[in-house]
Amino acid sequence: MSDSPKPTNPNPTNPIARYREARKERIDSLAQLSARDRVAVGAGAGGPGSDWTPSPDEVSVTESGTIEEKPGVSLWRSAWLRLRRNPVFLLGLTITIIFVLVAIFAPWIAPKDPVTGYLIDQVRRQTNPVPGPQPGFPLGGDHLGRDLLSRLIVGSRQTLIVGVLATFGGFIGGLILGTLAGALGGWVDSLVMRLVDVMLSIPSLVLALSIGAVASRPSQWTLIIAIAVVQVPIFARLLRGSLLAQRSSDHVLAAQALGIKRGPIIFRHMLPNAMGPVIVQATLALAVAIIDAAALSFIGLGDPDQRTPEWGAMLGQAQTYIYDHPHLAYYPAICIIVVALGFTLMGESLREALDPKTRR
Amino acid sequence: MTTTTTERRAAVRETAPLLSVRDLTVTFQRHGEEPFRAVDGVSFDVRPGETVGLVGESGCGKSVTSLAIMRLLPKRGNKVTGTVNFEGTDLLSLSDAKMRDRRGRDIAMVFQDPLSSLNPVVPLGVQVAEVLERHRGMSRKAAMPVAAELLKRVGIPDPVRRLRDYPHQLSGGMRQRALIAIAVACAPRLLIADEPTTALDVTIQAQILALLKELVEDTGTALIMITHDLGVVAGLCDEVNVLYGGRIVERGDRHPLFRDPRHPYTNGLLASIPRLDAAGERLTPIPGSVADNLPWDHACAFAPRCSQPIEICTQVTPQLEVADGRALRCHNPVTSGWSGPSAGQTEGDVAR
Ligand SMILES: Nc1ncnc2c1ncn2[C@@H]1O[C@H](COP(=O)(O)OP(=O)(O)OP(=O)(O)O)[C@@H](O)[C@H]1O
Ligand SMILES: [Mg+2]
Repeated sequence: MSDSPKPTNPNPTNPIARYREARKERIDSLAQLSARDRVAVGAGAGGPGSDWTPSPDEVSVTESGTIEEKPGVSLWRSAWLRLRRNPVFLLGLTITIIFVLVAIFAPWIAPKDPVTGYLIDQVRRQTNPVPGPQPGFPLGGDHLGRDLLSRLIVGSRQTLIVGVLATFGGFIGGLILGTLAGALGGWVDSLVMRLVDVMLSIPSLVLALSIGAVASRPSQWTLIIAIAVVQVPIFARLLRGSLLAQRSSDHVLAAQALGIKRGPIIFRHMLPNAMGPVIVQATLALAVAIIDAAALSFIGLGDPDQRTPEWGAMLGQAQTYIYDHPHLAYYPAICIIVVALGFTLMGESLREALDPKTRR
Repeated sequence: MTTTTTERRAAVRETAPLLSVRDLTVTFQRHGEEPFRAVDGVSFDVRPGETVGLVGESGCGKSVTSLAIMRLLPKRGNKVTGTVNFEGTDLLSLSDAKMRDRRGRDIAMVFQDPLSSLNPVVPLGVQVAEVLERHRGMSRKAAMPVAAELLKRVGIPDPVRRLRDYPHQLSGGMRQRALIAIAVACAPRLLIADEPTTALDVTIQAQILALLKELVEDTGTALIMITHDLGVVAGLCDEVNVLYGGRIVERGDRHPLFRDPRHPYTNGLLASIPRLDAAGERLTPIPGSVADNLPWDHACAFAPRCSQPIEICTQVTPQLEVADGRALRCHNPVTSGWSGPSAGQTEGDVAR
């Protein structure tokens, strides 16, 4: 059984195996967030993967008969109360909000048209390939005389679109596979999890790269698909673990005791309660998708249309001028890093706030 | 009162059982471990309208018994044998789909922890309506007023507004009332309550017990009351089964059992209930814990903790012997009637 979250071999010498185990362990620990506090902490006998039903002794009821941490909706609320005062989360949130607003309103914010070569007559292939900053062009132009600032601003759109669509695709794929595995169990589960484990054992960028390279005509869509495919096994494993934790929960047992059919049990009683970790993962996945998208565009597997600005592609084009005009690379690189950092800070503090183990 | 109760009991005893559990055995087998019999040849009957108690310490197999009857034990890692006859059908040999149709409609269950037994992200009304939709074929729209009616029936004030509340917005007592409303929504003929009051504070406990009693009397639903607290049983049950180490060690009607416990374990349980008329007297808990149990195979499991063991107790398994409506599994029963309060007093003192 692929059930147990503990690594089969605690200290694999093979680096790939070690990579795979570390990745799985991280996903599984995230999946446990959907279990109620006491399931995650209390039931030492079994993680989310075992058939063990915690006996009612383990219900942590205080002497006065009240239950300390309330799960469900109020779990989110108590997480929010902690997050509201967490500077790391607020920083991540601020970066993210600014980024999203800029991306949405880019055409109106950008001072110039990003594709017109305003400064093309200043470009001298040998002596001055990149026009410097000047009035109206605070960051200067690129090798085709286009306004760098406007290209950066409009480029955020591409990043947002690719990041969101790729994460969404990965989420949907993972939702389907994870629900099949976690809800049906049995051989479906074994089959799906084998597939997922194989995919997880390939480093994500290598996988995305090979998918991107297979496409006959690279485009924005091959980029999105490649990155989405990489996210699928992560979401699938996460959701399955989260569903298994739900399967042994009291309210699912209570619903079964009422004769509720399998479909409603899965879709009304298990899935909505299993989504917490998935939301956290989606935030983190956005950061990864943005970096992966930049990396793939950098090596030319992205949108071949050079006119649409894209941070990764801009970074790629800057290579030629890296010694004399490094700023051409710095700006898109900083944008990528800051935005990815924003999502990561937000996701990590969300995870921490929801995790009963790191609480208090 | 005693006469009417006795008469009613006599009449109830004549009727055919609604649920008849025979030799129910649940063996847990986890890899690399010895098989463990959590329930070991348990047999008892529940007649229509009757309230039967299953009493015993933590770990004696009460919940496993109820889950086995409901067929809700995990699919893997355990083996259930014996028969559970409900109105002429053996529940243990029904198909999964047929069993699912019966759960919630013919047999329903109330669990210990009302908060975690409700779905945290679904409003209360939908959770009540869901059962009605499932078993009565009602539409959501038709089910909602019925749901409100049910909430009112179990004493939840302002039920129409409560339909939209989420479980965490209710108090503990309200939640347990809501769970009871869900359980009785389809008028099941048997209700299993697994320690329904353990997670509640004392005043609420009494209210919930009163509610259960009222429901049982009004609707004629049979009730299996699972508890570790003889005080709960005292006010509610017609018949009491005392479980120890997965086996029934004593069974009898409530009054005779409380007046004259024969098994040293029952006697010990009774002696450890706080009593109002015995203020100042020390409570005598049963020494030791379940960890001291001997295996039933060739001894009495309770022998190491017993107040009056004799030699044979550690050598021969006692059998369950029935005489005068009392079943007893003991080599050396308590003989002199226990000089405690009469059952009538116990009921008044403890349950209210
Ligand atoms: N899924 C399981 N796998 C293995 N053993 C189990 C499982 N569920 C219960 N047990 C064991 O079966 C025994 C009886 O458990 P059960 O939950 O029925 O006790 P109980 O009488 O209900 O106690 P409590 O008063 O604590 O609820 C216990 O020793 C328990 O450890
Ligand atoms: Mg129990």
